[in-house]
Amino acid sequence: MLHDIFIAPFADMIAAPDFLMQVLWEGLVSGILYALIALGFVLIYRSSRIFNFAQGIMVVFAALTLVGLHAMGVPAWISVVLTLAVMFGLAVAIERVVLRPLVGQPDIILFMATIGITLFLIGFGEIIFGGENKVMITEELGIPTGSWTLEPFGGLLILEQKDVTAVAVAAMLVVGLLVFLNRTQMGRAIRALGDDSQAALSVGISLRTIWVLVWFIAGIIALVTGIAWGARAGVSFALEVIAYKALPVLMLGGLESIAGAIIGGLMIGVLEKLFEIYWGQPLLGGNTETWFAFVLALIVLLFRPQGLFGERIIERV
Amino acid sequence: MFYRAAGQFKTSYRADQALFPVRQDAMLLGFILILAWVVFPLTASEFAFQTLLIPILIYSLAALGLNILTGYAGQLSLGTAAFMGVGAYACYKMVTLMPWMSPVVAILLSGVFSAGIGVVFGIPSLRIKGFYLAIATLAAQFFLVWLFEKWAWLYNYNASGAIQVPNLQSFGVYVSGPQATSMVQYYVVLAVVTLLTWVCINLTRGTTGRIWKATRDMDFAAELIGINLMKSKLGAFAVSSYIVGVAGALFVFMWRGAAEPNLFDVPLSFRILFIAIIGGLGSILGNYLGAILIVGLPVILGVLPEVLGMQTDSALAEHLNTMIVGALIIFFLIVEPHGLAQLWRLIREKLVIWPFPH
Repeated sequence: MLHDIFIAPFADMIAAPDFLMQVLWEGLVSGILYALIALGFVLIYRSSRIFNFAQGIMVVFAALTLVGLHAMGVPAWISVVLTLAVMFGLAVAIERVVLRPLVGQPDIILFMATIGITLFLIGFGEIIFGGENKVMITEELGIPTGSWTLEPFGGLLILEQKDVTAVAVAAMLVVGLLVFLNRTQMGRAIRALGDDSQAALSVGISLRTIWVLVWFIAGIIALVTGIAWGARAGVSFALEVIAYKALPVLMLGGLESIAGAIIGGLMIGVLEKLFEIYWGQPLLGGNTETWFAFVLALIVLLFRPQGLFGERIIERV
Repeated sequence: MFYRAAGQFKTSYRADQALFPVRQDAMLLGFILILAWVVFPLTASEFAFQTLLIPILIYSLAALGLNILTGYAGQLSLGTAAFMGVGAYACYKMVTLMPWMSPVVAILLSGVFSAGIGVVFGIPSLRIKGFYLAIATLAAQFFLVWLFEKWAWLYNYNASGAIQVPNLQSFGVYVSGPQATSMVQYYVVLAVVTLLTWVCINLTRGTTGRIWKATRDMDFAAELIGINLMKSKLGAFAVSSYIVGVAGALFVFMWRGAAEPNLFDVPLSFRILFIAIIGGLGSILGNYLGAILIVGLPVILGVLPEVLGMQTDSALAEHLNTMIVGALIIFFLIVEPHGLAQLWRLIREKLVIWPFPH
């Protein structure tokens, strides 16, 4: 038993390094997608202290809108632009209808409101687009669909080009976002609002504009995530479950940290794949991916209650 | 007029602190109890039992359990459904391993197991707070549901992987399984719910409840005035999980009749959280109001098109239902963030002074 836990998995890893690399790559790609969803959460949490549960459904909604528009005969890139417009409209609607009347309510009320948004969007999306699985318009968007085959250590390593594209686009998005937050006036306003909303309001930063802005950016991130994940697994409401995966990523990385979201996402993506392949399937009957990330994050939190990169929680009586 | 408190004088501190400061409150409760114990069972149809009365009671009990933890002790939990599952599976194992055991006793004992598991998953609450804790309870949610699926001993190595409720008798009457009548099941559920509600009302009114409230409002300050946070938080987890576990056992044994692991998945947790929040956190009455709304609304929405003579396909109706529930949640949060219980409190205050404004 001990041999199965502590020795056999590592022996397997050394025996087949190419398979190990394939597993690591798969983990890395799903990790990037978890990180992207977590990024949407972090952005909204930082600027408004709202724990936005609806980020997952926004991914589905964005992807469905894109595919639906294209199915109606709109050219691929124009449907991307139109989808962005829809996401902007959604951001305005959410700010106007849901958030504005709830300003200043306790966190849990706002959290519940985002669950309400989630339910609404699920019902709405199902009525408009239908529940069946759809194919993402990967080729029409100019994303390469081939794959590269590498042969490290005399083995075989397959890198899907769309995964490589997803990683590259995600990296660009993160860099762009960091530049935006740190170098532009709007970005600074978002951070100011997160640090101290009263002070930010008093120097003339508009809460409403910023909220629409962050929800729109979260919508853009959702669209990118939707395209990347949809290219791998198709677009359906099953995508929503990956939203749950972003939660342990947030815990691990810390609710306020963008770097934490990225590193946490990658760590969870890679570690859960490794655990599933080398420990989960042989010893526990598989499908451990549903809970491994949560348990890992829980263990980390026991030692660092604010996550790896979160702001230190200081409590005063 | 209905709530005229004139003439009801309190001459001792004890009387002032009584459960019903106004006599009409007690009369109202008596009226509701007579409705629940006598009128409903005599008049309800099979449809009403199965889609309204029994589920509303079970959901309110589960929400009551969650409310003890979240509303009174301030520990946000998203793992309610998994603890319901623990109760259901524990009950199933008990009645299949010990067939001589009365199912009602088994249901009441099954809560003990979920209380134990609840305490284990409550341990992180000593260090983790707020949303971090909420996500930590999701760990319990996903891990336990996975366990229900993979640990074949739990469902007696069934090929289907689901648990089937057997026919069981108590005092010569079928209580659970396909042979039990709805009315018997309703009375079992009602008895358990009444008993646990009575316990909870008194628990939250007394020392324990005040300790929980102090922990909720500011746990550091509570610690400084000499409250043992470990006892208070883990106690809340234990009591809450016990009630939720009993609700889970009732859910499967008295209502569903069979259960698969994914029945206890996240959506059920959220449903119960909705009930607790829309009803009102930190209120006992609110759970019942919330459950009536959340359980009753889909039934009404399902029947409405037929009554109006409209033709709708069931898929569309279901999606529309999801949408309306989502919209209503937002609506209620905006209109009354403290829940339906607060709404009732306001109405009652108005009634006390009605028809004079002062």
